Amino acid sequence: MHTPEALSTDDPHGHTGLEFAHHFDDWQQEYQSKSLGMWLFLVTEVMFFGGMFLVYMVYRYQFTPAFDASSRLLNLWAGAINTVVLLASSFTVALAVHAAHLGNRKMLVRLLAATLLLGVVFLGIKAYEYSEKFQPGHQLVPVAGWAFDYHGPEPQQAKLFFGLYFAMTGVHALHMIIGIGIFVYLLWFARQGRYTGGNFVSVELAGLYWHFVDIIWIFLFPLLYLVDRS
Amino acid sequence: MSAQVRTYTIIFAILLALMGATIFASFHHIGRFNLALTMLIATIKAVLVVLFFMHVWDSPRLTWLTAGGSVVWLLILLGLTFTDYGTRDWKPNPLGTHPVLLPELESPTPQPGKEAGH
Repeated sequence: MHTPEALSTDDPHGHTGLEFAHHFDDWQQEYQSKSLGMWLFLVTEVMFFGGMFLVYMVYRYQFTPAFDASSRLLNLWAGAINTVVLLASSFTVALAVHAAHLGNRKMLVRLLAATLLLGVVFLGIKAYEYSEKFQPGHQLVPVAGWAFDYHGPEPQQAKLFFGLYFAMTGVHALHMIIGIGIFVYLLWFARQGRYTGGNFVSVELAGLYWHFVDIIWIFLFPLLYLVDRS
Repeated sequence: MSAQVRTYTIIFAILLALMGATIFASFHHIGRFNLALTMLIATIKAVLVVLFFMHVWDSPRLTWLTAGGSVVWLLILLGLTFTDYGTRDWKPNPLGTHPVLLPELESPTPQPGKEAGH
């Protein structure tokens, strides 16, 4: 389809010299296919989390007093700090992708390491928050015979809120753990200069995943922690 | 600082400001607009991340279509479900709004000594 002459002018990044997998016409086509594949995966993730958001919305609509009272029992400042941490990590990821585009290996390694650190801090604060919910006398675990020390309206329905809280933040934390695994992998090979020779696609795709996990938290934070604080 | 880095920094600052705004709003009771406002702010934040951090702004049209498609399917999921849950406590139409149908709505007065049917 492309003549070699057309390739050298069509390619805005000037990646004509780069290797590409044998089932692609050129580097650009491989790049666009991988990018589309990642986006399609993220669409399935939107639907996956969307189901949980739907359940949350239905129960919040039906049992508003229970959701108002339960939300106030969550640690607002832990959630707020975690929001800042996660937004900052998205910022460092965006800069990391930029460093990979520029081919700056040292900068890329630093920014990937910063992102990893922020991801670990997020999980640490999350673990602290979970441990609060297991404190004797203040236990709020609606499963497996744990105590549920809730003294507000609609105690049975409040269990739905905390069930959703643990399920949604738990699945989100699982995504964070997977993201951290991906970034450890990236950091390992970034140190060897694999992504700074023009082949930044892996960093870009991992970045898309990280931003997506950030977006989920952008919705989780107000829906779980900020139902009604007035 | 390159133009790209400046964009990321501005977006990051806006995201932090919006997070502050959503926490501030949650401490003030404005009735059912609380949920609408927090969802509006969250949506603006998500759109900013998608457009600038995820580079959809200068991506091929196929990426726009894919990212937008996820929103469309999500709205179908949420919207159609709430046509059910959101309307379950609606009152049935009061009598008199459909005068033509009224005779059909009146139940036949039971006749003493007669069984239903034959």
